Amino acid sequence: MEKVECIVVGGGLAGLSAAYGLADAGVEVMVLERGDYSGAKNVTGGRLYASPIRSFYPELWEEAPFERAVARELVTMLGDGAQTTIEVASDRFTADPPQSYTVLRARFDQWLAEKVGEKGGMVVPNMKVDALLREEGRIIGIRAGEDEIGADVVIVAEGVLRLLSSEAGLAAEPVDRDHALGFKEVIELPPGVIEDRWHLNPGEGAAQLFLGNVTDGMLGGGFLYTNKESISLGVVVGMKAMRERAEKAKPQDASESYQLLDRFKALPQIRPLVAGGTVAEYSAHAIPEGGIAAVPKLAGDGYLMAGDAAGLALNALITVRGMDFAIASGYYAAEAVKAAKARADFSAAGLAGYEASLRGSFVLKDLQTASQIPAFMENPRLFTHYPRAVSRLLEQIYTVGPGPTPGLFKTAWGGIRRDFMNTGTVKDAWSARRI
Amino acid sequence: MSDESTMKIDAKLGLDVFKLDKEPHIVIDTEVCRTLCVDRACLYVCPASLYELDDTGRMTVNWEGCLECGTCMICCDKRALTWKYPRGPYGVQYRMS
Ligand SMILES: Cc1cc2nc3c(=O)[nH]c(=O)nc-3n(C[C@H](O)[C@H](O)[C@H](O)COP(=O)(O)OP(=O)(O)OC[C@H]3O[C@@H](n4cnc5c(N)ncnc54)[C@H](O)[C@@H]3O)c2cc1C
Repeated sequence: MEKVECIVVGGGLAGLSAAYGLADAGVEVMVLERGDYSGAKNVTGGRLYASPIRSFYPELWEEAPFERAVARELVTMLGDGAQTTIEVASDRFTADPPQSYTVLRARFDQWLAEKVGEKGGMVVPNMKVDALLREEGRIIGIRAGEDEIGADVVIVAEGVLRLLSSEAGLAAEPVDRDHALGFKEVIELPPGVIEDRWHLNPGEGAAQLFLGNVTDGMLGGGFLYTNKESISLGVVVGMKAMRERAEKAKPQDASESYQLLDRFKALPQIRPLVAGGTVAEYSAHAIPEGGIAAVPKLAGDGYLMAGDAAGLALNALITVRGMDFAIASGYYAAEAVKAAKARADFSAAGLAGYEASLRGSFVLKDLQTASQIPAFMENPRLFTHYPRAVSRLLEQIYTVGPGPTPGLFKTAWGGIRRDFMNTGTVKDAWSARRI
Repeated sequence: MSDESTMKIDAKLGLDVFKLDKEPHIVIDTEVCRTLCVDRACLYVCPASLYELDDTGRMTVNWEGCLECGTCMICCDKRALTWKYPRGPYGVQYRMS
């Protein structure tokens, strides 16, 4: 059996980040990617938070093919016919260097794959790994079709579905409770139109999230990110919520999840945002949303798990993160493999530094901080009652009818008492203290 | 290409690049569907609308248009699906996303 020092399964951001660090240190590394190129199978929202990862491979981010630096953050609560948008702009979001950027993965991942190649790493596209080879509890390599390749260590960066790692018994199979489905359209628009619609200076971008009248009451929401010459518009919806909906559906109910995006796009509030645009691509992908409780064992004899495969993603309602975690976990995986190589010990003990450094970093710290969020988000009122109630309250405050208008305080207080001061909402406020 | 706000799902999939394999990467145990499943979550959850009941009430999947998200597999609690990624060079190839 042919053998290399390190095999990386999956040439997404986690795998490529690991390979870059290893190749840079002269470790023999081979990335196996099933797509035609890195990025061919990958989907994100998306926005990459660069601040958390900037100190890893600082030379890379200067020249990365980002779309736009996010200057405006918007969250829109969609009620019935009324909507409320909170828009936050800060000089510090785009101060040198900007904290986050929109990205398109086909371009971004291919670029990172090239960088790995420049450092002497090998990225092999069109190569689907069919199994992780296991011998006496230790991962010793991979099988792809007829070929078997051995390795001192395998970095499993196969993404959210964990088909190989669950088959090999390294992690549990994905379950609906811990995952969401995301699907989106890339809609082409001229840069000037994008800048006009979202009030942006040239090159700046906006990130807009939508709660409420998007997911039919199911856990989830809508997202919109401005790219250079397109926008990414999509819907995220919890798999458990979808399955429960299918359970309760009447036989004549023929609706399907994909229609959520069509209905979202057709809302009078969204139509003007996409008007004149040309849909260029439609994509879908699963997202890990189980939080820290769903993170599997991160390393064992002969292997490490990184990125989505390790459940390292966080949906905290207004911040959605996975790409920065993928790049960070790849970086720490490379560090751990370098250390293991120096000691010639690729056992679980030799690779234990990986989990320790993730625990010491923002990756597991932020997941720990957010540990109550998955449970908090199971509350359907977040996706129904609150967006509606906020919009109704503000609509009333801004309404001048034909007759006399009650005082501002009376209107506001009446609305607050009606929608925000009952046992349900008090309970919600109480559970929100942990998020 | 279209700027219709509600494109047909087939038209949307038509925008994507697919490299078609000869063999399916999703296989349905239709016996399990017929005897054990009433919810048919696959019909609702698939973002490409690939699942369909044929004239005889048998579950089918148009796997050629699969976006490889895995949602059907995760949501099929009756475990009627054998779901793999397409072989090496095949399946959807995103150019943007
Ligand atoms: C709709 C949506 C919106 C999101 N929004 C955001 C956002 O705004 N910000 C953010 O930070 N994160 C976001 N995320 C999450 C983020 O995209 C992921 O966390 C990130 O892509 C994970 O990177 P990864 O490298 O671990 O996995 P992936 O990018 O999925 O890479 C896995 C790679 O492994 C390859 N592979 C899998 N199996 C095999 C095999 N058997 N053989 C060979 N290759 C294989 C795949 O082809 C793929 O290239 C979003 C996700 C989705 C789906």
